[in-house]
Amino acid sequence: MSRPSISELERIAAEMRGEVIGMSHRADTPHLGSALSCVDMLVACYFSGALHVTPANPRDPDRDRVILSKGHAAMSLYTALAYRGYFPREDLLTFNREGSRFQEHPGPHTAPGVEVATGSLGHGLAVGLGMALAARSLGKSYRVAAIISDGECNEGSTWEAALFAAANKLTNVVAMVDYNKWQATGRSDEVLALNPLREKWAAFGWDAVEFDGHHMQALVDFLSAPPSERPRIAICHTVKGKGCSFMEDDNNWHYRVPTAEEVEKARKELGLA
Amino acid sequence: MRNAFANEITRLAQADARIHLLSGDIGNRLFNEFQAKCPGRFFNCGVAEANMISVGAGMALSGLKPVAYTITTFITARCFEQIKLDVCYNEAPLVIVGVGAGLSYASLGPTHHSFEDMAILRALPGLTVLAPADPPETRTALRAALAHDGPVYIRIGKKGEPTLDPNPPPFEIGKGRSLRSGDHACLIATGLVLAEALHAADALAARGIAAEVVHMPTVKPLDAELLSLIFGRHRLVALIEEHALAGGFGSAVLEWAADADARGPRVLRFGMPDEFRHESGEQEYARGICGLRGEQIAERIARALEA
Repeated sequence: MSRPSISELERIAAEMRGEVIGMSHRADTPHLGSALSCVDMLVACYFSGALHVTPANPRDPDRDRVILSKGHAAMSLYTALAYRGYFPREDLLTFNREGSRFQEHPGPHTAPGVEVATGSLGHGLAVGLGMALAARSLGKSYRVAAIISDGECNEGSTWEAALFAAANKLTNVVAMVDYNKWQATGRSDEVLALNPLREKWAAFGWDAVEFDGHHMQALVDFLSAPPSERPRIAICHTVKGKGCSFMEDDNNWHYRVPTAEEVEKARKELGLA
Repeated sequence: MRNAFANEITRLAQADARIHLLSGDIGNRLFNEFQAKCPGRFFNCGVAEANMISVGAGMALSGLKPVAYTITTFITARCFEQIKLDVCYNEAPLVIVGVGAGLSYASLGPTHHSFEDMAILRALPGLTVLAPADPPETRTALRAALAHDGPVYIRIGKKGEPTLDPNPPPFEIGKGRSLRSGDHACLIATGLVLAEALHAADALAARGIAAEVVHMPTVKPLDAELLSLIFGRHRLVALIEEHALAGGFGSAVLEWAADADARGPRVLRFGMPDEFRHESGEQEYARGICGLRGEQIAERIARALEA
Protein backbone atom coordinates (compact mmCIF):
# COMPACT_ATOMS: atom_id res chain seq x y z
CA MET A 1 0.00 0.00 0.00
CA SER A 2 1.41 3.37 -0.94
CA ARG A 3 1.58 5.88 1.85
CA PRO A 4 -1.64 7.87 2.02
CA SER A 5 -1.54 11.61 2.39
CA ILE A 6 -2.33 13.28 5.69
CA SER A 7 -5.69 14.44 4.35
CA GLU A 8 -6.50 10.88 3.29
CA LEU A 9 -5.62 9.66 6.77
CA GLU A 10 -7.84 12.32 8.28
CA ARG A 11 -10.66 11.21 6.03
CA ILE A 12 -10.22 7.61 7.22
CA ALA A 13 -10.30 8.84 10.81
CA ALA A 14 -13.58 10.67 10.19
CA GLU A 15 -15.13 7.59 8.60
CA MET A 16 -13.95 5.43 11.45
CA ARG A 17 -15.46 7.82 13.98
CA GLY A 18 -18.80 7.64 12.16
CA GLU A 19 -18.61 3.84 12.16
CA VAL A 20 -17.76 3.70 15.87
CA ILE A 21 -20.58 6.03 16.85
CA GLY A 22 -22.97 3.85 14.84
CA MET A 23 -21.62 0.71 16.52
CA SER A 24 -22.13 2.17 19.96
CA HIS A 25 -25.74 2.98 19.14
CA ARG A 26 -26.46 -0.32 17.39
CA ALA A 27 -24.85 -2.49 20.05
CA ASP A 28 -25.85 -0.31 23.02
CA THR A 29 -22.20 -0.21 24.05
CA PRO A 30 -20.51 2.42 26.23
CA HIS A 31 -16.95 3.79 26.30
CA LEU A 32 -17.66 5.86 23.20
CA GLY A 33 -15.78 8.93 24.43
CA SER A 34 -12.67 6.83 25.09
CA ALA A 35 -13.00 5.11 21.72
CA LEU A 36 -13.16 8.41 19.85
CA SER A 37 -10.14 9.98 21.52
CA CYS A 38 -7.71 7.35 20.18
CA VAL A 39 -8.98 7.00 16.60
CA ASP A 40 -6.23 9.18 15.13
CA MET A 41 -3.52 7.13 16.86
CA LEU A 42 -4.99 3.94 15.47
CA VAL A 43 -5.15 5.44 11.99
CA ALA A 44 -1.51 6.48 12.24
CA CYS A 45 -0.57 2.96 13.36
CA TYR A 46 -2.55 0.99 10.80
CA PHE A 47 -2.84 3.22 7.73
CA SER A 48 0.07 5.65 7.52
CA GLY A 49 2.73 3.12 6.53
CA ALA A 50 4.87 4.14 9.51
CA LEU A 51 4.37 0.67 10.93
CA HIS A 52 4.65 -2.64 9.11
CA VAL A 53 1.19 -4.10 9.57
CA THR A 54 0.20 -7.24 7.70
CA PRO A 55 -3.57 -7.64 7.28
CA ALA A 56 -3.14 -10.47 4.76
CA ASN A 57 -1.13 -12.43 7.30
CA PRO A 58 -2.01 -11.19 10.77
CA ARG A 59 0.48 -13.62 12.39
CA ASP A 60 3.40 -12.67 10.17
CA PRO A 61 6.36 -13.09 12.55
CA ASP A 62 7.99 -9.94 11.19
CA ARG A 63 5.00 -7.65 11.62
CA ASP A 64 5.08 -4.65 13.89
CA ARG A 65 2.85 -5.24 16.90
CA VAL A 66 0.12 -2.70 17.61
CA ILE A 67 -1.33 -3.06 21.09
CA LEU A 68 -4.43 -1.24 22.25
CA SER A 69 -3.75 -1.45 25.95
CA LYS A 70 -6.86 0.62 26.71
CA GLY A 71 -9.08 -2.25 25.66
CA HIS A 72 -12.30 -0.40 26.41
CA ALA A 73 -11.76 1.40 23.10
CA ALA A 74 -12.27 -1.93 21.32
CA MET A 75 -14.85 -0.47 18.93
CA SER A 76 -12.15 1.72 17.44
CA LEU A 77 -9.66 -1.14 17.24
CA TYR A 78 -12.13 -3.47 15.51
CA THR A 79 -13.07 -0.69 13.12
CA ALA A 80 -9.43 0.04 12.29
CA LEU A 81 -8.77 -3.65 11.67
CA ALA A 82 -11.86 -4.03 9.49
CA TYR A 83 -11.13 -0.90 7.49
CA ARG A 84 -7.53 -2.05 7.04
CA GLY A 85 -8.73 -5.37 5.67
CA TYR A 86 -8.05 -7.83 8.46
CA PHE A 87 -11.64 -9.05 8.15
CA PRO A 88 -14.79 -7.96 6.26
CA ARG A 89 -16.38 -4.70 7.37
CA GLU A 90 -19.77 -6.42 7.58
CA ASP A 91 -18.44 -8.40 10.54
CA LEU A 92 -18.56 -5.20 12.57
CA LEU A 93 -22.35 -5.46 12.43
CA THR A 94 -22.14 -8.43 14.79
CA PHE A 95 -20.26 -6.43 17.42
CA ASN A 96 -21.55 -7.24 20.91
CA ARG A 97 -24.38 -9.41 19.60
CA GLU A 98 -25.08 -12.63 21.48
CA GLY A 99 -22.74 -15.32 20.21
CA SER A 100 -20.54 -12.89 18.28
CA ARG A 101 -16.79 -13.14 18.69
CA PHE A 102 -16.62 -9.34 18.84
CA GLN A 103 -16.84 -8.83 22.57
CA GLU A 104 -16.74 -5.42 24.23
CA HIS A 105 -13.04 -5.88 24.97
CA PRO A 106 -10.45 -7.38 22.61
CA GLY A 107 -9.51 -10.98 23.32
CA PRO A 108 -7.40 -13.64 21.63
CA HIS A 109 -10.31 -14.96 19.61
CA THR A 110 -12.19 -11.74 18.91
CA ALA A 111 -10.59 -10.60 15.69
CA PRO A 112 -7.53 -11.25 13.57
CA GLY A 113 -5.00 -8.54 14.28
CA VAL A 114 -5.69 -8.34 18.00
CA GLU A 115 -2.25 -8.93 19.53
CA VAL A 116 -3.13 -9.07 23.21
CA ALA A 117 -6.27 -9.42 25.29
CA THR A 118 -6.88 -6.11 27.01
CA GLY A 119 -9.64 -4.59 29.05
CA SER A 120 -8.17 -4.80 32.50
CA LEU A 121 -5.93 -1.76 32.61
CA GLY A 122 -2.17 -1.83 32.92
CA HIS A 123 -1.44 -5.05 31.01
CA GLY A 124 -0.88 -4.27 27.34
CA LEU A 125 2.33 -2.29 27.52
CA ALA A 126 4.08 -4.91 29.66
CA VAL A 127 3.09 -7.76 27.35
CA GLY A 128 4.38 -5.62 24.49
CA LEU A 129 7.74 -5.34 26.24
CA GLY A 130 7.99 -9.13 26.21
CA MET A 131 7.34 -9.07 22.48
CA ALA A 132 10.02 -6.41 22.06
CA LEU A 133 12.52 -8.44 24.05
CA ALA A 134 11.69 -11.45 21.92
CA ALA A 135 12.41 -9.43 18.78
CA ARG A 136 15.85 -8.62 20.09
CA SER A 137 16.51 -12.20 21.08
CA LEU A 138 15.30 -13.62 17.77
CA GLY A 139 17.22 -11.06 15.74
CA LYS A 140 14.05 -9.56 14.33
CA SER A 141 13.56 -5.92 13.51
CA TYR A 142 9.87 -5.60 14.30
CA ARG A 143 8.69 -2.87 16.63
CA VAL A 144 5.97 -2.68 19.26
CA ALA A 145 3.56 0.25 19.42
CA ALA A 146 1.30 0.49 22.46
CA ILE A 147 -1.59 2.87 23.02
CA ILE A 148 -2.30 3.36 26.70
CA SER A 149 -4.78 5.60 28.49
CA ASP A 150 -4.18 8.23 31.10
CA GLY A 151 -6.35 6.15 33.43
CA GLU A 152 -3.90 3.29 32.92
CA CYS A 153 -1.19 5.50 34.36
CA ASN A 154 -2.98 4.93 37.69
CA GLU A 155 -1.91 1.29 37.60
CA GLY A 156 1.32 0.31 39.34
CA SER A 157 1.94 -2.28 36.64
CA THR A 158 2.24 0.51 34.06
CA TRP A 159 5.13 1.99 36.03
CA GLU A 160 6.73 -1.41 36.55
CA ALA A 161 6.68 -1.70 32.77
CA ALA A 162 8.11 1.81 32.41
CA LEU A 163 11.07 0.87 34.63
CA PHE A 164 11.63 -2.43 32.87
CA ALA A 165 11.62 -0.93 29.37
CA ALA A 166 14.16 1.69 30.38
CA ALA A 167 16.39 -0.78 32.22
CA ASN A 168 16.47 -3.05 29.19
CA LYS A 169 16.83 -0.19 26.70
CA LEU A 170 13.89 -1.39 24.66
CA THR A 171 14.36 1.02 21.81
CA ASN A 172 12.03 -1.02 19.62
CA VAL A 173 9.08 0.12 21.73
CA VAL A 174 6.99 3.21 21.16
CA ALA A 175 4.08 4.10 23.39
CA MET A 176 1.38 6.72 23.10
CA VAL A 177 -0.68 7.95 26.02
CA ASP A 178 -4.19 8.89 25.01
CA TYR A 179 -4.24 11.78 27.45
CA ASN A 180 -7.89 12.76 27.15
CA LYS A 181 -7.87 14.14 30.69
CA TRP A 182 -10.73 12.01 31.91
CA GLN A 183 -11.01 8.65 33.54
CA ALA A 184 -14.26 6.89 34.40
CA THR A 185 -15.38 9.17 37.19
CA GLY A 186 -13.26 12.28 37.11
CA ARG A 187 -10.42 14.37 35.75
CA SER A 188 -7.34 12.19 35.48
CA ASP A 189 -5.20 15.04 36.81
CA GLU A 190 -7.30 15.16 39.95
CA VAL A 191 -8.09 11.51 40.68
CA LEU A 192 -4.43 10.60 41.08
CA ALA A 193 -2.48 13.74 40.20
CA LEU A 194 -1.00 12.55 36.90
CA ASN A 195 0.48 15.91 35.99
CA PRO A 196 3.20 16.46 34.93
CA LEU A 197 2.88 13.28 32.91
CA ARG A 198 5.64 13.83 30.37
CA GLU A 199 8.13 14.56 33.10
CA LYS A 200 7.11 11.41 34.95
CA TRP A 201 7.85 9.24 31.93
CA ALA A 202 11.08 11.11 31.29
CA ALA A 203 12.09 10.51 34.91
CA PHE A 204 11.41 6.80 34.36
CA GLY A 205 13.97 6.76 31.58
CA TRP A 206 11.91 7.25 28.43
CA ASP A 207 12.35 9.76 25.65
CA ALA A 208 9.08 11.55 26.29
CA VAL A 209 7.52 14.11 23.98
CA GLU A 210 4.07 15.66 23.94
CA PHE A 211 1.84 16.98 21.22
CA ASP A 212 -1.76 17.22 20.06
CA GLY A 213 -2.86 13.62 19.73
CA HIS A 214 -5.30 14.49 16.96
CA HIS A 215 -2.56 16.03 14.81
CA MET A 216 -2.10 13.33 12.19
CA GLN A 217 1.23 14.59 10.90
CA ALA A 218 2.66 14.70 14.43
CA LEU A 219 1.50 11.12 15.07
CA VAL A 220 2.97 9.85 11.81
CA ASP A 221 6.23 11.67 12.43
CA PHE A 222 6.47 10.20 15.92
CA LEU A 223 5.91 6.66 14.64
CA SER A 224 8.30 7.17 11.73
CA ALA A 225 11.19 8.60 13.73
CA PRO A 226 14.32 6.46 13.97
CA PRO A 227 14.90 4.73 17.29
CA SER A 228 16.76 6.65 19.95
CA GLU A 229 18.81 5.35 22.87
CA ARG A 230 15.73 4.82 25.02
CA PRO A 231 12.15 3.67 24.63
CA ARG A 232 10.00 6.48 23.28
CA ILE A 233 6.64 7.74 24.45
CA ALA A 234 4.33 10.45 23.21
CA ILE A 235 2.00 12.12 25.64
CA CYS A 236 -0.83 12.70 23.19
CA HIS A 237 -3.13 15.48 24.32
CA THR A 238 -6.53 14.40 23.15
CA VAL A 239 -10.18 15.22 23.64
CA LYS A 240 -12.55 12.59 24.93
CA GLY A 241 -15.40 12.21 22.42
CA LYS A 242 -13.30 13.90 19.71
CA GLY A 243 -15.05 14.68 16.44
CA CYS A 244 -18.51 15.25 17.76
CA SER A 245 -19.26 18.63 19.34
CA PHE A 246 -21.85 17.44 21.81
CA MET A 247 -19.59 14.66 23.11
CA GLU A 248 -16.26 16.45 23.27
CA ASP A 249 -14.78 16.70 26.73
CA ASP A 250 -18.09 15.62 28.29
CA ASN A 251 -17.40 12.62 30.50
CA ASN A 252 -21.03 11.52 30.42
CA TRP A 253 -19.99 9.87 27.18
CA HIS A 254 -17.80 7.43 29.06
CA TYR A 255 -20.98 5.45 29.62
CA ARG A 256 -23.70 7.12 27.52
CA VAL A 257 -24.86 5.54 24.27
CA PRO A 258 -26.04 7.79 21.41
CA THR A 259 -29.60 7.78 20.08
CA ALA A 260 -30.31 7.36 16.36
CA GLU A 261 -30.75 11.14 16.06
CA GLU A 262 -27.43 11.75 17.79
CA VAL A 263 -25.75 9.32 15.42
CA GLU A 264 -27.05 11.29 12.45
CA LYS A 265 -26.04 14.59 13.99
CA ALA A 266 -22.54 13.27 14.64
CA ARG A 267 -22.22 11.93 11.09
CA LYS A 268 -23.12 15.34 9.70
CA GLU A 269 -20.49 17.00 11.87
CA LEU A 270 -17.95 14.49 10.62
CA GLY A 271 -18.87 15.31 7.04
CA LEU A 272 -20.25 11.84 6.41
CA ALA A 273 -23.89 12.69 5.78
CA MET B 1 15.00 -28.25 44.59
CA ARG B 2 16.02 -24.77 43.50
CA ASN B 3 19.50 -26.02 42.69
CA ALA B 4 18.00 -28.84 40.64
CA PHE B 5 15.85 -26.27 38.85
CA ALA B 6 18.79 -23.96 38.15
CA ASN B 7 20.96 -26.80 36.96
CA GLU B 8 18.29 -28.35 34.77
CA ILE B 9 17.20 -25.14 33.09
CA THR B 10 20.84 -24.34 32.36
CA ARG B 11 21.23 -27.75 30.78
CA LEU B 12 18.03 -27.48 28.75
CA ALA B 13 18.68 -23.92 27.63
CA GLN B 14 22.01 -24.86 26.13
CA ALA B 15 20.18 -27.20 23.79
CA ASP B 16 17.28 -24.85 23.01
CA ALA B 17 17.95 -21.18 22.30
CA ARG B 18 14.26 -20.37 22.74
CA ILE B 19 14.51 -20.95 26.50
CA HIS B 20 14.82 -17.65 28.43
CA LEU B 21 14.86 -17.18 32.18
CA LEU B 22 13.15 -14.35 34.04
CA SER B 23 13.81 -13.89 37.72
CA GLY B 24 12.22 -11.56 40.26
CA ASP B 25 15.40 -10.32 41.91
CA ILE B 26 16.14 -13.55 43.76
CA GLY B 27 18.58 -16.38 43.28
CA ASN B 28 21.77 -14.50 44.03
CA ARG B 29 24.48 -16.51 42.20
CA LEU B 30 22.01 -19.33 41.57
CA PHE B 31 21.86 -18.47 37.88
CA ASN B 32 25.48 -17.47 37.31
CA GLU B 33 26.08 -20.59 35.28
CA PHE B 34 22.95 -20.00 33.22
CA GLN B 35 24.10 -16.47 32.47
CA ALA B 36 27.58 -17.66 31.55
CA LYS B 37 26.36 -20.45 29.26
CA CYS B 38 23.30 -18.67 27.82
CA PRO B 39 24.32 -15.02 27.51
CA GLY B 40 21.52 -12.59 26.81
CA ARG B 41 18.83 -15.00 27.92
CA PHE B 42 18.62 -14.17 31.63
CA PHE B 43 16.59 -11.19 32.79
CA ASN B 44 16.49 -9.96 36.34
CA CYS B 45 13.07 -8.33 36.23
CA GLY B 46 13.46 -6.69 39.60
CA VAL B 47 10.91 -6.68 42.37
CA ALA B 48 8.12 -6.23 39.85
CA GLU B 49 6.41 -9.60 39.57
CA ALA B 50 3.33 -8.38 37.71
CA ASN B 51 5.50 -6.95 34.98
CA MET B 52 7.64 -10.08 34.90
CA ILE B 53 4.62 -12.26 34.18
CA SER B 54 3.33 -9.91 31.48
CA VAL B 55 6.77 -9.73 29.86
CA GLY B 56 7.00 -13.51 30.00
CA ALA B 57 3.60 -13.76 28.33
CA GLY B 58 4.72 -11.42 25.56
CA MET B 59 7.86 -13.48 25.00
CA ALA B 60 5.85 -16.70 24.93
CA LEU B 61 3.48 -15.18 22.36
CA SER B 62 6.47 -14.35 20.19
CA GLY B 63 7.98 -17.78 19.76
CA LEU B 64 10.23 -18.04 22.82
CA LYS B 65 10.07 -20.49 25.70
CA PRO B 66 10.31 -18.25 28.75
CA VAL B 67 10.42 -19.46 32.34
CA ALA B 68 9.56 -17.02 35.14
CA TYR B 69 10.95 -17.71 38.59
CA THR B 70 10.62 -16.21 42.02
CA ILE B 71 9.25 -16.97 45.50
CA THR B 72 5.96 -18.83 45.24
CA THR B 73 3.66 -16.35 46.88
CA PHE B 74 5.07 -13.42 44.89
CA ILE B 75 4.75 -15.22 41.55
CA THR B 76 1.17 -16.36 42.20
CA ALA B 77 -0.90 -14.22 44.57
CA ARG B 78 0.94 -10.99 43.82
CA CYS B 79 0.40 -11.18 40.08
CA PHE B 80 -2.68 -13.36 39.83
CA GLU B 81 -4.43 -11.21 37.23
CA GLN B 82 -1.38 -11.16 34.99
CA ILE B 83 -1.41 -14.96 35.09
CA LYS B 84 -5.15 -15.07 34.49
CA LEU B 85 -5.23 -12.66 31.55
CA ASP B 86 -1.80 -12.18 30.02
CA VAL B 87 -0.84 -15.83 30.30
CA CYS B 88 -3.98 -17.98 30.40
CA TYR B 89 -6.50 -15.91 28.44
CA ASN B 90 -3.89 -15.14 25.79
CA GLU B 91 -2.89 -18.83 25.72
CA ALA B 92 0.75 -17.89 26.23
CA PRO B 93 2.89 -20.97 27.00
CA LEU B 94 4.80 -19.43 29.89
CA VAL B 95 6.32 -21.70 32.53
CA ILE B 96 5.89 -20.19 35.99
CA VAL B 97 8.07 -21.61 38.75
CA GLY B 98 7.40 -20.79 42.39
CA VAL B 99 10.25 -21.52 44.79
CA GLY B 100 9.57 -22.10 48.47
CA ALA B 101 6.03 -23.44 48.17
CA GLY B 102 3.88 -24.35 51.14
CA LEU B 103 5.80 -24.03 54.40
CA SER B 104 9.28 -24.07 52.87
CA TYR B 105 9.82 -20.57 54.20
CA ALA B 106 7.98 -21.27 57.45
CA SER B 107 10.32 -19.20 59.59
CA LEU B 108 9.84 -16.12 57.42
CA GLY B 109 6.20 -15.91 58.44
CA PRO B 110 2.93 -15.78 56.52
CA THR B 111 4.20 -13.13 54.09
CA HIS B 112 6.31 -15.94 52.64
CA HIS B 113 3.97 -18.89 53.17
CA SER B 114 2.21 -20.14 50.08
CA PHE B 115 -0.90 -22.05 51.00
CA GLU B 116 -3.37 -20.76 48.42
CA ASP B 117 -1.42 -20.95 45.16
CA MET B 118 -2.88 -24.24 43.94
CA ALA B 119 -6.38 -23.13 44.91
CA ILE B 120 -6.28 -19.93 42.92
CA LEU B 121 -4.29 -21.22 39.98
CA ARG B 122 -6.22 -24.40 39.34
CA ALA B 123 -9.27 -22.19 38.78
CA LEU B 124 -7.66 -20.72 35.68
CA PRO B 125 -8.67 -22.25 32.35
CA GLY B 126 -5.84 -23.85 30.44
CA LEU B 127 -3.27 -23.70 33.23
CA THR B 128 -1.49 -26.91 34.18
CA VAL B 129 -0.53 -27.10 37.87
CA LEU B 130 2.43 -29.27 38.87
CA ALA B 131 3.90 -30.08 42.28
CA PRO B 132 7.03 -32.22 42.02
CA ALA B 133 8.21 -33.93 45.19
CA ASP B 134 11.99 -33.89 45.10
CA PRO B 135 15.00 -32.58 43.17
CA PRO B 136 15.00 -35.25 40.42
CA GLU B 137 11.29 -34.78 39.81
CA THR B 138 11.81 -31.01 39.66
CA ARG B 139 14.02 -31.73 36.65
CA THR B 140 11.57 -34.06 34.91
CA ALA B 141 8.65 -31.72 35.62
CA LEU B 142 10.53 -28.78 34.11
CA ARG B 143 11.28 -30.82 30.99
CA ALA B 144 7.61 -31.77 30.66
CA ALA B 145 6.49 -28.18 31.22
CA LEU B 146 8.78 -26.84 28.51
CA ALA B 147 7.57 -29.50 26.09
CA HIS B 148 3.92 -28.74 26.88
CA ASP B 149 1.92 -26.57 24.50
CA GLY B 150 0.33 -24.29 27.07
CA PRO B 151 1.05 -22.45 30.29
CA VAL B 152 2.33 -24.43 33.26
CA TYR B 153 2.77 -23.57 36.93
CA ILE B 154 5.32 -25.54 38.96
CA ARG B 155 5.56 -25.19 42.74
CA ILE B 156 8.84 -26.38 44.21
CA GLY B 157 10.57 -26.30 47.60
CA LYS B 158 13.74 -24.38 48.37
CA LYS B 159 16.85 -26.39 49.14
CA GLY B 160 17.84 -29.53 50.98
CA GLU B 161 14.75 -31.57 50.18
CA PRO B 162 15.49 -35.31 50.33
CA THR B 163 15.71 -37.25 47.10
CA LEU B 164 12.88 -39.76 47.23
CA ASP B 165 13.47 -41.34 43.84
CA PRO B 166 16.87 -40.79 42.25
CA ASN B 167 15.72 -42.05 38.86
CA PRO B 168 12.12 -41.05 38.27
CA PRO B 169 10.42 -42.01 35.02
CA PRO B 170 9.76 -39.28 32.45
CA PHE B 171 7.19 -36.86 33.85
CA GLU B 172 3.79 -37.34 32.30
CA ILE B 173 1.48 -34.37 32.85
CA GLY B 174 -1.81 -35.61 34.27
CA LYS B 175 -0.41 -38.90 35.53
CA GLY B 176 0.16 -40.02 39.09
CA ARG B 177 2.13 -43.06 40.11
CA SER B 178 1.99 -45.62 42.83
CA LEU B 179 5.24 -45.80 44.77
CA ARG B 180 4.35 -48.46 47.32
CA SER B 181 1.63 -51.03 47.42
CA GLY B 182 -0.61 -51.85 50.32
CA ASP B 183 -4.20 -52.92 50.86
CA HIS B 184 -5.25 -51.27 54.10
CA ALA B 185 -5.26 -47.65 53.03
CA CYS B 186 -4.03 -45.38 50.28
CA LEU B 187 -2.05 -42.21 50.91
CA ILE B 188 -2.15 -39.79 48.00
CA ALA B 189 0.26 -36.92 48.33
CA THR B 190 1.22 -34.07 46.05
CA GLY B 191 4.52 -32.25 45.99
CA LEU B 192 7.00 -31.69 48.79
CA VAL B 193 4.97 -33.40 51.44
CA LEU B 194 5.32 -36.77 49.70
CA ALA B 195 8.33 -37.29 51.97
CA GLU B 196 6.02 -37.17 54.98
CA ALA B 197 3.56 -39.54 53.32
CA LEU B 198 6.37 -42.05 52.87
CA HIS B 199 7.34 -41.65 56.54
CA ALA B 200 3.70 -42.19 57.44
CA ALA B 201 3.62 -45.41 55.41
CA ASP B 202 6.72 -46.62 57.29
CA ALA B 203 5.09 -45.80 60.62
CA LEU B 204 1.91 -47.57 59.57
CA ALA B 205 3.91 -50.61 58.43
CA ALA B 206 5.47 -50.78 61.89
CA ARG B 207 1.94 -51.10 63.22
CA GLY B 208 1.12 -53.84 60.75
CA ILE B 209 -0.86 -51.56 58.41
CA ALA B 210 0.06 -51.84 54.75
CA ALA B 211 -0.58 -48.55 53.03
CA GLU B 212 -0.33 -47.81 49.33
CA VAL B 213 1.47 -44.53 48.61
CA VAL B 214 0.62 -42.63 45.45
CA HIS B 215 2.23 -39.45 44.23
CA MET B 216 0.09 -37.09 42.17
CA PRO B 217 2.45 -34.36 41.04
CA THR B 218 -0.14 -33.01 38.60
CA VAL B 219 -2.84 -31.18 40.50
CA LYS B 220 -4.47 -30.05 37.28
CA PRO B 221 -5.47 -32.00 35.30
CA LEU B 222 -5.99 -34.76 37.85
CA ASP B 223 -5.31 -38.38 36.99
CA ALA B 224 -8.96 -39.46 36.96
CA GLU B 225 -8.13 -42.96 35.83
CA LEU B 226 -5.81 -43.62 38.74
CA LEU B 227 -8.22 -41.99 41.19
CA SER B 228 -10.99 -44.31 39.97
CA LEU B 229 -8.79 -47.32 40.64
CA ILE B 230 -7.87 -46.07 44.11
CA PHE B 231 -11.40 -45.16 45.11
CA GLY B 232 -12.63 -48.52 43.86
CA ARG B 233 -10.01 -50.50 45.74
CA HIS B 234 -9.48 -48.85 49.13
CA ARG B 235 -11.67 -48.29 52.15
CA LEU B 236 -9.58 -45.35 53.39
CA VAL B 237 -7.93 -42.69 51.29
CA ALA B 238 -5.72 -39.93 52.74
CA LEU B 239 -5.19 -36.77 50.69
CA ILE B 240 -2.00 -34.99 51.73
CA GLU B 241 -0.74 -31.57 50.68
CA GLU B 242 1.38 -28.74 52.05
CA HIS B 243 -1.29 -26.21 51.19
CA ALA B 244 -4.50 -24.90 52.73
CA LEU B 245 -7.26 -27.45 53.05
CA ALA B 246 -9.47 -24.93 51.28
CA GLY B 247 -9.35 -25.28 47.54
CA GLY B 248 -6.17 -27.24 47.01
CA PHE B 249 -5.34 -30.78 45.96
CA GLY B 250 -7.69 -32.48 48.43
CA SER B 251 -10.52 -30.24 47.34
CA ALA B 252 -9.78 -31.04 43.73
CA VAL B 253 -9.93 -34.78 44.38
CA LEU B 254 -13.22 -34.43 46.26
CA GLU B 255 -14.64 -32.37 43.40
CA TRP B 256 -13.62 -35.18 41.09
CA ALA B 257 -15.20 -37.76 43.43
CA ALA B 258 -18.49 -35.87 43.52
CA ASP B 259 -18.60 -35.42 39.77
CA ALA B 260 -17.55 -39.02 39.09
CA ASP B 261 -19.92 -40.31 41.77
CA ALA B 262 -16.96 -42.19 43.22
CA ARG B 263 -18.19 -43.42 46.58
CA GLY B 264 -16.74 -45.93 48.91
CA PRO B 265 -13.67 -45.03 50.88
CA ARG B 266 -13.50 -42.90 53.94
CA VAL B 267 -11.47 -39.79 53.04
CA LEU B 268 -9.08 -38.04 55.42
CA ARG B 269 -7.62 -34.71 54.37
CA PHE B 270 -4.25 -33.44 55.53
CA GLY B 271 -3.21 -29.85 54.90
CA MET B 272 -2.91 -26.43 56.46
CA PRO B 273 -5.83 -25.23 58.58
CA ASP B 274 -7.70 -22.02 57.82
CA GLU B 275 -5.47 -19.70 59.82
CA PHE B 276 -2.23 -17.75 59.56
CA ARG B 277 0.76 -19.11 61.45
CA HIS B 278 1.86 -16.72 64.17
CA GLU B 279 4.66 -18.76 65.76
CA SER B 280 8.31 -18.92 64.69
CA GLY B 281 9.78 -22.19 63.51
CA GLU B 282 11.23 -24.01 60.54
CA GLN B 283 9.31 -26.13 58.04
CA GLU B 284 9.38 -29.31 60.10
CA TYR B 285 8.04 -27.50 63.16
CA ALA B 286 5.30 -25.81 61.13
CA ARG B 287 4.33 -29.11 59.54
CA GLY B 288 3.93 -30.49 63.06
CA ILE B 289 1.51 -27.71 63.96
CA CYS B 290 -0.51 -28.52 60.85
CA GLY B 291 -0.54 -32.27 61.51
CA LEU B 292 1.57 -32.88 58.43
CA ARG B 293 4.44 -34.86 60.00
CA GLY B 294 4.64 -38.48 58.92
CA GLU B 295 3.98 -39.90 62.39
CA GLN B 296 0.98 -37.57 62.83
CA ILE B 297 -0.44 -38.66 59.50
CA ALA B 298 0.09 -42.30 60.45
CA GLU B 299 -1.54 -41.85 63.85
CA ARG B 300 -4.67 -40.27 62.39
CA ILE B 301 -4.97 -42.96 59.74
CA ALA B 302 -4.45 -45.76 62.25
CA ARG B 303 -7.14 -44.34 64.51
CA ALA B 304 -9.53 -43.98 61.60
CA LEU B 305 -8.95 -47.60 60.61
CA GLU B 306 -9.67 -48.75 64.17
CA ALA B 307 -12.91 -46.81 64.34
